Parts: sequence; structure tokens; C-alpha cells
Amino acid sequence: MRSRPPLSVTIAAIAGLLFLHLPLAFIFLYAFTTEEKSYQFPPPGFTLNWFAVAWNRPDIWQALGLSLRVATVATGIAIVLGTLAAAAVARYRFFGREAVSLLITLPIALPGIVTGIALRAALNLADIPFSFWTIVIGHATFCIVVVYNNAVARLRRTQGSLIEASMDLGADGFQTFRYVVLPQLGTALLAGGMLAFALSFDEVIVTTFTAGQQQTLPIWMFSELIRPRQRPVTNVVAVMVIAVTLIPILAAYYLTRDGDAVEGSSK
Amino acid sequence: MSLALPSPDEKGGLLRRLSDLFMRRPKLFLALLLAPPLAWLGIAYLGSLAALLAQSFFSIDEFSGLIVREFTLKTYGELLAPANLDIIIRTVTMAALVTLLGAVIAFPIAYFAARYARGRLKAVFYLLIMLPLWSSYLVRVYAWKLILAKEGVVTYLADHTGTRALLDAWLSLPIVGGPSLSISYTGTFLVFLYLWLPFMILPIQASLERVPKSLIEAAGDLGADPRKTFTTVIFPLALPGIVAGSIFTFSLTLGDYITPQIVGSSTLFLGQAVYTQQGVAGNIPLAAAFSVVPIVIMGIYLTVAKRMGAFDAL
Repeated sequence: MRSRPPLSVTIAAIAGLLFLHLPLAFIFLYAFTTEEKSYQFPPPGFTLNWFAVAWNRPDIWQALGLSLRVATVATGIAIVLGTLAAAAVARYRFFGREAVSLLITLPIALPGIVTGIALRAALNLADIPFSFWTIVIGHATFCIVVVYNNAVARLRRTQGSLIEASMDLGADGFQTFRYVVLPQLGTALLAGGMLAFALSFDEVIVTTFTAGQQQTLPIWMFSELIRPRQRPVTNVVAVMVIAVTLIPILAAYYLTRDGDAVEGSSK
Repeated sequence: MSLALPSPDEKGGLLRRLSDLFMRRPKLFLALLLAPPLAWLGIAYLGSLAALLAQSFFSIDEFSGLIVREFTLKTYGELLAPANLDIIIRTVTMAALVTLLGAVIAFPIAYFAARYARGRLKAVFYLLIMLPLWSSYLVRVYAWKLILAKEGVVTYLADHTGTRALLDAWLSLPIVGGPSLSISYTGTFLVFLYLWLPFMILPIQASLERVPKSLIEAAGDLGADPRKTFTTVIFPLALPGIVAGSIFTFSLTLGDYITPQIVGSSTLFLGQAVYTQQGVAGNIPLAAAFSVVPIVIMGIYLTVAKRMGAFDAL
């Protein structure tokens, strides 16, 4: 039996979704405005000029480069560590299993500023200077959970009988991993990796505490928001950031889509 | 004399022997699986948290400005100073309000997605909720700066719908008002609400989807009207989802220092206090003590939430 939604629920749902999406549309609009000094609405005119100006700014390229490098390395570390932890938690019952999954979730369950200031305090106590790697350590720590969540969900759905069959047919553990487990895990890891990449590429709170003088793209943007030099250039970068983060998220969605349907129906 | 190099077979034999060893000693294999992630999180994360806790028991020498590495509760005492207590109360109030209204707005979206959306529409709904959740945090705050600014979208709309007087009246109110929406608590509140809404929708949707259809039908068969079914069957079963969502909205508001800085009045929130104390003031002990506050609050919150079954709804 299918009932029709009450009108009030439909209206509230649509209004809620509009609330979630309309603000982003304004970013696109403002990237083309000819007004440089204020956020005047509606924009007095439209120009493509700011894209050219942004293209010629070396500081933006530098920040973008650092962000991409950090995100790549942090994602790599998160994939390895997240997968190992997922394999242990999904396949084994052991003492402290709950504690392990709590420990992995904690960096995102606690406010970002706690992770940030904690890392800062540790760097300070140990006299470690800021570097590329201090940023990576912070990012990898909160990216592990994203990979872990995706991998655990997939491993729980992967049938143990397949692995047993593989072993019965004479494959050793490594062959089973290579030919049975990995192909099933592949898309989940790719999705987790992409989400981790987007998360790292966008992170600003933890980064402020571990970056020192280095500027990732979000840090660059934050400083522009506090002390604007050319406001429309910030809008252009914002549009670019949306584009860069949107692609991996959509890709991750399509990679895990079927699996999520299975998971949803089993609940 | 045999060959020095192992033949492919022997190499395979090594992997095979290793594999057999792991089969015989699953605990060894488990330890090998767990060691790298636990080492990373143990050293980089728990180690840092320990360092943070240690720092909060240090104090700062008022004359030299240097950190005195001796155990003291003095820094925690400073938290109770009226100005600092104000910051904590302000932040917790904001987090509570954001959480409450967030749940109110999120519920119909989650309810629609869970009960009425099917097939393609369901996928579209899911994507529409997920995209803002994962798209750039800073860009989303910035979008609201454009909207709330004095010369921005809201003012334009107010001018053209004849509600400008209403807007000005709201802005002239104490506490919630300010020179413009982008420099007021109202602005900060709206942006928080916007930022964390997906974190509220998804757990509620998950918990609503687990409400068995048979229960709803049974309630109907037993004579409950839709309203009664909702209040006595559906809502209680969705409550763990709301609590789960509130963990995120509450925690994220507690720790944020970017939003109140970009869209907000000049008074500090907890995150900003932590940031200023460690950066500008160079008072890492006080910053550390400040950041222990959200840890303690979230610790209590998570314990209560677990009792209410919120963790099963995550």
C-alpha cells in the first residue's frame, strides 16, 4: 500500500532542499560580477575578467598545489590504515573491538578545533617545526574514518563463504585477497579515497593549527575573507573549489550506489 | 649446489607458508592488521590529546609570557572568570538552538525521503542532501556572507517585498540584532543551521527507514488516525536518529571558529577563544583548558546519547 505524502510535508521538504542549495547558486552569480568593492545585489554587470585575474595569481597556484599534494598523501595513508582497521573489525571478534572503532571515529566526533589544538600542543611540546608533513598528519588522522566506514560496510556485505570457497579451492591468503576480496572492496576503497580527498582538500580548522606559514587553498580563502584584496577573485576560487570537490563526491556516489541500496533494504 | 636465487615456486612457497602461518595463528594476523592504524592514531591522535591535556595543567608566567611547565589548576580557574564563562554559555546556547531548529527543519525532509520517495526520486533526494554535506565548508559560509551582507540579497529582497521595516526592526533588537545580518547572532545562527542540516537529515532518515511498515499498518488497524500513529509509533522510533544527528550539530557548533568570525558579531565563541589564546595571546595552557570544555561536554553528551540508542542509528 502506498500512501500519498501530506501537502505540508512535501512543501516543508522542498523548502528545506531549496534552503540547502540556493546559497551555492549565489557564489556562481558573484564570480561574474563587475562590482569589486562590495557584495552589491543584483550585480551591476557581468564579466569573465576575474577568471583571467585569478589565473595569473601565483599565490593561488601555490596554495592549490599544496592542497593537492597534502590531499593526495593524506588520502594514501588513510586508505592503507583505514582498510587494515576495517579488515580487523569486520572479520574478527576481539577484545577492545568497540574501542578501536570509537578511536577511529573520535577525530570527527570531537570538534575539529580539539584535534587542531591537540596537534598544535603536541608539536609545541615535542619542538617539531611546521612542515608539509605536519599538515598531512592532521589530515590523515581524520580521513581514516571515511575510508574505514566505506570499507567496513562493504566487508560486512561480502560473504564469508566466498573466502572459504577460495581457500577450499587451494588459494592461499594472499591469492584470496588479490582475486576475491580486493575486487569486491575496490569500488568502496575508491569511493572512500575520493571522499577522504575531498575532505582533506577542503579542511581549514585543523590545518590552521598545523600549517604555520604555509597556505593551503582553504587557508588562502579564509585569509581573503578576513582581509579581502580582490573580492571577485575569491568568488572565482570558490567556484573552482566547488568544482574540484563535487567531482570526487559524485564519483564516490556512483561507485557505492548499488551497495547502499542493498544496505538500505536489509535494514 | 643448488641455485642461490629462489625459483618462482619457492617464492610462492614463502607466501604460502606465510599464509598458512596466518591461518594457524589468526591472532598474529589480527595484530598485524591492527598495529599500523592503532600506532598512527595512538601516537598522532591520542598522543596529541594527552599533550593537550598536559598543557592545560601548565600555566603562563604573567611577566615573561613563557609557559611554566608545572602542574597547576590555575588555568582551569581562569575559565570561571566572567568573560570566559560568558563565552562558554554563549556557545552552548547557540549549539543547543542550532540543534533544536535543525531537527525541526530536517525532520520533514528526512520523513519525505524515507516514507514517500521511491526509486529515482529517492536517489535524487539522497544526492541533494549529500552534495551540500560534502561540498566545501568555507565556500558555503562565504555564500551566506554574500546573502546576508548589508548590500546583499536579503536586503534587496526585503526592499522589493516591502518587508524592509521588518528586517530593520529585527536588526534593532538587542542580542539577535546588529548593524547588518552578516554582523549579528542571527547571521551566525542561520549559517550554522545551514552548514549542519545534512548531518541531521541523514541519521533521521536512516532511523525512519527502519520503522517496520507492519507497525504503522497495525497502528492503523487498531484505530489510530495518522496523527496518533505519528506521535505514538513513528516519532518515538525516530528519536534515536534525532539524537544521533544532534551529536554532529552540537559538536560541530561547539568547535567552529570560522563561521562566527566570517558571519557574526565581535563577541567570541569557544572556538575563537581557543584560537586567539593559542595564536595572538600565545597562551597555550588557557587554549588547552578551553578546548577541554567541548571534550567534557561531548563526553557527557555521547554517554547520554548511547543510553538513548543513538549509536545504533548512526
